[in-house]
Amino acid sequence: MSILVNKDSKVLVQGFTGKEGTFHAQQCIEYGTNIVGGVTPGKGGQIHLGKSVFNSVQDAIEVVKADVSIIFVPPAFSADAILEAAEAGIKVIVCITEGIPVSDMMIAKKYVQKKGTTLIGPNCPGIISAGEAKIGIMPGVVFKKGNVGVISKSGTLTYEAANQVVEAGLGITTAIGIGGDPIIGTTYIDLLKLFENDPETKAIVMIGEIGGDLEIQAAKYINKNITKPVVAFIAGQTAPKGKRMGHAGAIIAGSKGTAKEKMDALEAAGVHVVASPADIGKKVKEVLG
Amino acid sequence: MNIHEYQAKQIFASYNIPIQDGIMIEDVKDARNAAEKIGGNFWVIKAQIHAGGRGKGGGVKFAKTLSEVEKYASDILGMTLITHQTGPAGRLVKKIFIAGGVDIKKEYYLGIVLDRTSEMPVMMASTEGGMEIEKVAAKTPEKIIKVGIDPLIGFRAFHARKLSSGLSLSKEQMKHFSIFAKALYDVYSNNDASLIEINPLVLTVEDTFLALDAKMGFDDNALYRHADLREMRDLDEEEPTELEAGKYGLSYVKLDGNVGCMVNGAGLAMSTMDIIKLNGGDPANFLDVGGVASAETVAKGFEIILQDKNVKAIFVNIFGGIVRCDRIANGILEATKKINVKVPLIVRLNGTNASEAAEILKAANIENIITAKDLADGAQKAVNAARGM
Repeated sequence: MSILVNKDSKVLVQGFTGKEGTFHAQQCIEYGTNIVGGVTPGKGGQIHLGKSVFNSVQDAIEVVKADVSIIFVPPAFSADAILEAAEAGIKVIVCITEGIPVSDMMIAKKYVQKKGTTLIGPNCPGIISAGEAKIGIMPGVVFKKGNVGVISKSGTLTYEAANQVVEAGLGITTAIGIGGDPIIGTTYIDLLKLFENDPETKAIVMIGEIGGDLEIQAAKYINKNITKPVVAFIAGQTAPKGKRMGHAGAIIAGSKGTAKEKMDALEAAGVHVVASPADIGKKVKEVLG
Repeated sequence: MNIHEYQAKQIFASYNIPIQDGIMIEDVKDARNAAEKIGGNFWVIKAQIHAGGRGKGGGVKFAKTLSEVEKYASDILGMTLITHQTGPAGRLVKKIFIAGGVDIKKEYYLGIVLDRTSEMPVMMASTEGGMEIEKVAAKTPEKIIKVGIDPLIGFRAFHARKLSSGLSLSKEQMKHFSIFAKALYDVYSNNDASLIEINPLVLTVEDTFLALDAKMGFDDNALYRHADLREMRDLDEEEPTELEAGKYGLSYVKLDGNVGCMVNGAGLAMSTMDIIKLNGGDPANFLDVGGVASAETVAKGFEIILQDKNVKAIFVNIFGGIVRCDRIANGILEATKKINVKVPLIVRLNGTNASEAAEILKAANIENIITAKDLADGAQKAVNAARGM
């Protein structure tokens, strides 16, 4: 089992014929993802990477019945791509793009919520259900199949965590990069819920960072609703206040959003918090016995 | 991106928001002229830097005569202003704003900021104008009235009513405040602002509102669609190394330690700093060379890290995913030749073809390259190397 996406997901690539879209779509196809086509306005009717290109998401859905889309369009056009996919009836939208204006995302998020669509990202590495579907830009080989779910705001740190889990002799059910922007489509709580209900997932790794309060909200939720063990790491324990640390959302505003505040809240909720990023795999192994 | 007070006031004025008007000067010779042009019988001379707390730091002075204007202008221009927001090094004042005096009845606070919990802008008002708002929020949070503004409906009369009644405004004052607040929300949303603060917002003796101060910050991701705002950027207010890194698509933040860090990805870069600290060392910087590390970005990364003379060792921590580690190892070798890195380089490569990468680095037989098998090992070796061990 896996959450959100699996081998039957019919995936559409928005921004299919661009440089990033082409490269990563190829990688996804090689992984075994069921890519059913792509969208590039004005290039409908062409064949790219052996798949059909459509002018719009609507056109693509009518022909290839896509239910998931992955977005590789430039930041200025990404909100439009998200809205188009949601409007056309895509169920899970994965937006990789970094650099989308906050005001665009405020509106886009409200719209996808209204449509009941799941939006992952933006500014994220995507989703991988080990051995079934890779809808993202992560190195597929790192994510060996197993029974640990991963939710993370980061890209390479997610690969690091997954690699540690695998080196500890375990593996991954689904790993989701939720994104490093101030406004993201899907938060920890939504995914914790799915992992809790997934019989195959036995433990959950949660990777957070400074800025905002999503980890604190998650701590409250875990305390009341999650029975499976959760291992957490929060990046940015040494980050200075008021400085943006790479991700648009990774900033300690005033004294709010520090790593310590988040680690304390998670610990109080019974989460296994590790201070060192090198201890994630070990800790998962320990809690699973 | 942040802008200066005088620039924020220009934007306000274009939305018919009443401001304490004035003239920005960069040369003390222009001070008297500016004051004469403004007229009246008292003036305020204000340092223009991108930090709050200017008054307390001595960057704001009141002048009653034209010769006092000249004196204060010459005192402030060229001073290094230290406030609670500049850090101990302070900021050199290159611009001042000379403004006319205002007869003040009462001071308020008014601001708009993105609230990440509700994911919408929130407008905040307080009767505690002129105070540090962070302190008001900590000590007397009930004195800050907040309204969330759903971008789908914008700023409405009911928002204005809630704020006005929270501030206990009279009917006449409320009418004026509502127009002011609505215009301020328009400034925020039309310009992709991330922050607006007016502290203090003043009620004049004529019972009208006026922005005595103005602070604005913008969403960097949206600047591409605001050519006018991009022109307001003052590079003097930014850290030169961070600016240079930005030009090459690298994200760099200088810190105080001596272990340089070069990492791919922001989350991993922050964790690398954390693990250095946990191992008893101090990180010299945050540096994200981007998810995909290439020879060029790595070379530029070394150059930027080594501008900091405190750096005694560099920890290269790269998780090679789609770009294989063997290619990254070659990139590192190329970069070290080009830059001539003399400090110990602790290299930890993980991911695809990690063992081949280790072989390449070993075969190159470069004295100051030390390979590490994992994150913990690399951090420990880097901390030791920085200590000269």
